[in-house]
Amino acid sequence: MEQVVANGVYLGSQYAMIALGLTLIFALMNVLNFAHGQMYVIGGFVTYTFYGQFGLPFVLALLMSCVTLAVIGALIEKFLFGPVIRRSAREESTMLLAAGLAFLLDAMILLVFGEKQRGVPKIVDGVLNWDFRIIMPYDRILICFLAMVSIAAFIAFMQFSRTGRALRALAQDRDAAQLMGVNVNRYSMIGFALGAMLAGLVGGLLVTITGVNLGMGGPTSIKAFMMVMIGGAGVISGAILGGFILGMLEAVGLAVLSQYGDITYLVTFVALMIFLAIRPQGLMGKPWG
Amino acid sequence: MNHLDARRLRVLAYVAAFLVGVFWLIPVLIAVTGLWNFYFTLTSVALLSVASAGVWLTFYIGRINIGQGAFALIGAYVSAILVTKAGVSFWVSLPLAGLFASLVAIVIGLPILRLRGVYFAMITLVLTEVVRLAALALPITNGAKGIVSIPLPGELSVLGITLIPDFSTIQNTKLAFYHAACVLMVLCYASLYRIVNSRLGHLCRSMQQNEELAESVGVNVAYLRVIVFAISSFFGGLGGAMFGAIAQSVYPSSFVVKDSIDFMLNCFLGGLGYVFGPMLGTLVLYFGWDLLFELGQYQLLVFSGILILLILVLPNGLLSIRVDMIRKLWR
Repeated sequence: MEQVVANGVYLGSQYAMIALGLTLIFALMNVLNFAHGQMYVIGGFVTYTFYGQFGLPFVLALLMSCVTLAVIGALIEKFLFGPVIRRSAREESTMLLAAGLAFLLDAMILLVFGEKQRGVPKIVDGVLNWDFRIIMPYDRILICFLAMVSIAAFIAFMQFSRTGRALRALAQDRDAAQLMGVNVNRYSMIGFALGAMLAGLVGGLLVTITGVNLGMGGPTSIKAFMMVMIGGAGVISGAILGGFILGMLEAVGLAVLSQYGDITYLVTFVALMIFLAIRPQGLMGKPWG
Repeated sequence: MNHLDARRLRVLAYVAAFLVGVFWLIPVLIAVTGLWNFYFTLTSVALLSVASAGVWLTFYIGRINIGQGAFALIGAYVSAILVTKAGVSFWVSLPLAGLFASLVAIVIGLPILRLRGVYFAMITLVLTEVVRLAALALPITNGAKGIVSIPLPGELSVLGITLIPDFSTIQNTKLAFYHAACVLMVLCYASLYRIVNSRLGHLCRSMQQNEELAESVGVNVAYLRVIVFAISSFFGGLGGAMFGAIAQSVYPSSFVVKDSIDFMLNCFLGGLGYVFGPMLGTLVLYFGWDLLFELGQYQLLVFSGILILLILVLPNGLLSIRVDMIRKLWR
């Protein structure tokens, strides 16, 4: 039982970070970022390159992941999403763009990093064994801790910094924010960069445990969508809650349902459908976004 | 009145030209050039465009559907199971596959069609993944091994008159499948055209514009969207079932998230405002991908690059050029 809860918290802390980035981009731009999983994979590969190959300190490699993704995110917003949102009347065309972008990033990952599964040496050795009730390697605990610290830092940033306040204003009402003197274009770019950075940060953190490969992008995006739907799209507390709920469900599912085969996600989805039938906007979401 | 007649004649001429091209010109060209592999490509295009037509119809009521892969997979499995386990003729299993997909769509659609915009898109995307996982987990679908060596479609006869001969006795199966797929495609697009230009089509357009407003003037929105989603999934099921019959095998990975996204892209690329948009979009996307095969490892890069450029330049789809160009030529 304790083990299941510990696994759930561990999974949930990472999932929450992935969902945070996705929901931030959605809240600011009303864009469903299909390429989020790919951004996560890029983050993993960057950390792998700097930490695993060049032998730089892990923290530095993590920083490089964040910087790379922030730059990629900013460029994508500036040259792709920004113009398309300004020019097209339908909100769907951003979705098409996001899908095309997911393909493009996949292609770039393939060309730059190859298709092999990559892993890095452990950052900390040893396993915590608490009376055989909770067994968890130290590196997982560390990653879980780092993820939670990052989430806390992100929330603090959004709550207390000037940029965070501008971003929240933008998410609440774009026009009103503009009228109050918020530079909408600049803060959209910052917000997108921040969302991408979060994806890169999780990728960098997780490469130490699960490794990274090209095929991880799509499934990661799908999981992120599920978390966002559970919590409610565009709401930060919802993304965190959704991440922890999905992490917990997965941990419980693996413990309880594994004897019936790999049906955890099937059951999760059916539960999600019933849940959405009752509450279409998710736990924390506003009706109809 | 005269003007209307002229327009109707022109439409008829287009349709006739299209039918002649598909059923006569292309087979002749392929026979002359000997590019037999083209049959497979074109058959795939025809079937994928049937599934894309369904996605287009859900776009028509203002819903972004990224779950057509799920219904195509359901259709493929239903047909395969009926043919291999129950010994039903393929031609009977084909509509049954579509109907079963519709049934699933109604059951799932009742709750999820309350969602809109991005929410609906997300849940349909997840649905694709879930049907794949269900196919892996359920005993009847034979898990990851899939259902293989499905027999070729048998004879279809009504009152002793053979309508479709047994495919295993036909020498040129590729041509037979090509014809079957094209007939299916023509029927689907004809019915799609009919739906769009009927009362149902008007109601759909009203929903696309503003669902609350449509509801307030007495359109039964909840009922309509389920019906439209069921029709859409029917197309998906048909396309998937026929695909399974041609490949003679179905695996959980036959239709994945990538396919669902492709169906959506086909509609976008062809243009959401045009009934025949998804057909053109499928053709261009499928052939574009094939043509870029020569580029090897750069294939995906160039393909996605062109796709993004197209979105930037032509946000309303390929068919939107046509109108502009004709206007310019007339001036």
